[in-house]
Amino acid sequence: MTGKRKRTGWPRAFLHVPLGVLAMAFLTPLAWLVVSSLEPREQIGKVPPEWLPRGYELTLTSGERLWVTPPERVGTERVLVVPLAGAKSGIPVLVSPDDFSNGELLLRTPQSATSVKERLPAKLIQRVPGYFVSVSESSAANYANQTARRFYVDARQISSRIRLLFANYEQAILALSTETHDPSISLGTLLGKSLLPWTGRGDTSRTVTFLSYLANTLTVALLGMLGTVFSSALAAYGLSRIDWPGRKPLFAVTLATMMVPFPVLMIPLYSLFRSLGWLGTLAPLWVPACCGGAFNIFLLRQFFATIPRELSEAARLDGASEIAIFFRIILPLAKPVLATVALFHFLYVWNDFLGPLIFLTDPDTFTMALGLQQYQSQSGGSEWQFLMAASVLLVAPVVVLFFLTQKTFIRGIATTGIKG
Amino acid sequence: MTPLEQRNLKMGLLFCAPWLIGIVTFLLYPIASALIYSLCDYSVLLPPVYIGAENYRELFTDPLVYKSLWNSVVYATGSVLLSSLVSLSLALLLNTKVRGLAFYRTIFFLPSLMPVVAGSVLFMWLFNGQSGLINAFLAMLGVSGPAWLADPRFAKLAMILMASWGSGHAMVIVLAGLQDVPTALHEAAIIDGATYWDRLWHVTLPMLSPVLYFNVIMGIIGGFQVFTQAFIMTDATGSPERSTLFFVLHLFNVAFQDLRMGYACALACVLFLIILSLTWVLTKVSARFIVYDR
Repeated sequence: MTGKRKRTGWPRAFLHVPLGVLAMAFLTPLAWLVVSSLEPREQIGKVPPEWLPRGYELTLTSGERLWVTPPERVGTERVLVVPLAGAKSGIPVLVSPDDFSNGELLLRTPQSATSVKERLPAKLIQRVPGYFVSVSESSAANYANQTARRFYVDARQISSRIRLLFANYEQAILALSTETHDPSISLGTLLGKSLLPWTGRGDTSRTVTFLSYLANTLTVALLGMLGTVFSSALAAYGLSRIDWPGRKPLFAVTLATMMVPFPVLMIPLYSLFRSLGWLGTLAPLWVPACCGGAFNIFLLRQFFATIPRELSEAARLDGASEIAIFFRIILPLAKPVLATVALFHFLYVWNDFLGPLIFLTDPDTFTMALGLQQYQSQSGGSEWQFLMAASVLLVAPVVVLFFLTQKTFIRGIATTGIKG
Repeated sequence: MTPLEQRNLKMGLLFCAPWLIGIVTFLLYPIASALIYSLCDYSVLLPPVYIGAENYRELFTDPLVYKSLWNSVVYATGSVLLSSLVSLSLALLLNTKVRGLAFYRTIFFLPSLMPVVAGSVLFMWLFNGQSGLINAFLAMLGVSGPAWLADPRFAKLAMILMASWGSGHAMVIVLAGLQDVPTALHEAAIIDGATYWDRLWHVTLPMLSPVLYFNVIMGIIGGFQVFTQAFIMTDATGSPERSTLFFVLHLFNVAFQDLRMGYACALACVLFLIILSLTWVLTKVSARFIVYDR
């Protein structure tokens, strides 16, 4: 490295400073997405933000260990007692030691500390010294649950450890399902219901789950991929390797169609699909793709044009038909570009939101992106850890796909610009 | 026509048949219908009724049309400028034969893969006024951050910043363009004593102009169609104070909330006209600056 300083006054290694800062800026939102999706609710929204998903573990004298909320100091000495009569009979309350003597609890009116409302028989559970802390049980499911157990314990019984709350994902998947969010339903039961539709027979309400969203998205993507790859390749062949009068004007039209904004088409398409009875089915999302796409045709045509003409001429002299040349010579050569087109179409379907929003009316047919939006809209900007987990579920497949096909990807995108 | 020409015409039509059907059914027919519906009172439930230019007349008196058009213009301009700047800077930094090119390129590119729905949910969280990461970072610098998406002065800026996070896609295109600039040009300039900045201005940028132009056109066409972010982040309302009611969001609400499809088609035709004329103007203006010399 140091030998190459001739051109600029600065060593090239200094470039890692701006690059590193920018890389941090680009990565931080993604990292925060993943971290937030694994944090327990108590950590979400803390100021300053905490980057390490952390939990507090309580070890009871019985040896039982459980996750609890962040400890709060009790402050002054208290006693924990259970009234044995009255409206709150059986529910433990934390009171000042002055209010409990000889098995009798003085309940004071909330407004004034001096007036006594009731005297009740009560039983002492525990003395809570001022240095004790109060915690309650913490799990992804029981946040809203009033039944979470509460403990007053010595702070030394609590230790802080890294806690990756994968249960958030389970909750997110449950919440994505249109069935009412009921923490008592296990994930297995719910997924089982959607895998085995016949087990739910007799139910008037059908169970729609995360898995149906996934299946719908994959159906649209696969059918569309097959259709658009085939039709686009046909058109690209016709535009690049056959001499016919319509070739140049059609290519110009093809390029021009890329500029037509979808919002211009969406209302007529909506009314067209409505009259065909396609609304609420997946058809509007994949059938049009089967006619090919301008961008795909462009990409394929650029590639077909680079294949030497002599190759087809030779085959033609041997009596091969145009269709045979297309299938036997051109398509095998074009495999990488066909893969690029398929990949781009998959991503397009996976990310598409406006199409599904307009054409899908029934939760049974929702795609992943639409399912996430519906959940987000219902949750009203709370329970960020579940929303982040659900978002990760939408992002992760794309990221995995990118790492598996990185070369195809970068090359495909680069081509679109250069020859554009 | 010779038999060969006849055969070629037949074959050409045959190969392009699916695409021709597609253009007619899913493009020309909808465009024509949009034009016709825009002259009608149409609610989808009942057949369209011809009302002449009434929709267009209403359009000019609808304050929301002006408001949403302004919002889209600000968003498209801001996001195109910022994203072009970011993608060009990133590409220039990466085109220095620095070590770890593939590593950095992957990092900068990854965010552009983010599905808009997930990205919007994430940025709602990042831009959260009380406990968002961005304001926490600003607080570290001693700045008390705005409420972003809840503040009409900052909501559009927040969405523009989010768009620039996805500049990686454009960066890959620019980077490919940069690698196509003949090294001979740079070498000649260096011999003539040109500094890095001289070469950037007189060699790199002119050679890159077709690529930058492509990115700008695509950015503007995309920017004017911005919808999903605003739909998700504001629950389709374009809040706060309609500062993120973009043109397409307004169009969507008119069409699918009010079921005024005819009026919405008039809005769509206006959008089409705007995008066409912008592209035309940009092509004319930029023709002087673009070097097509390959």
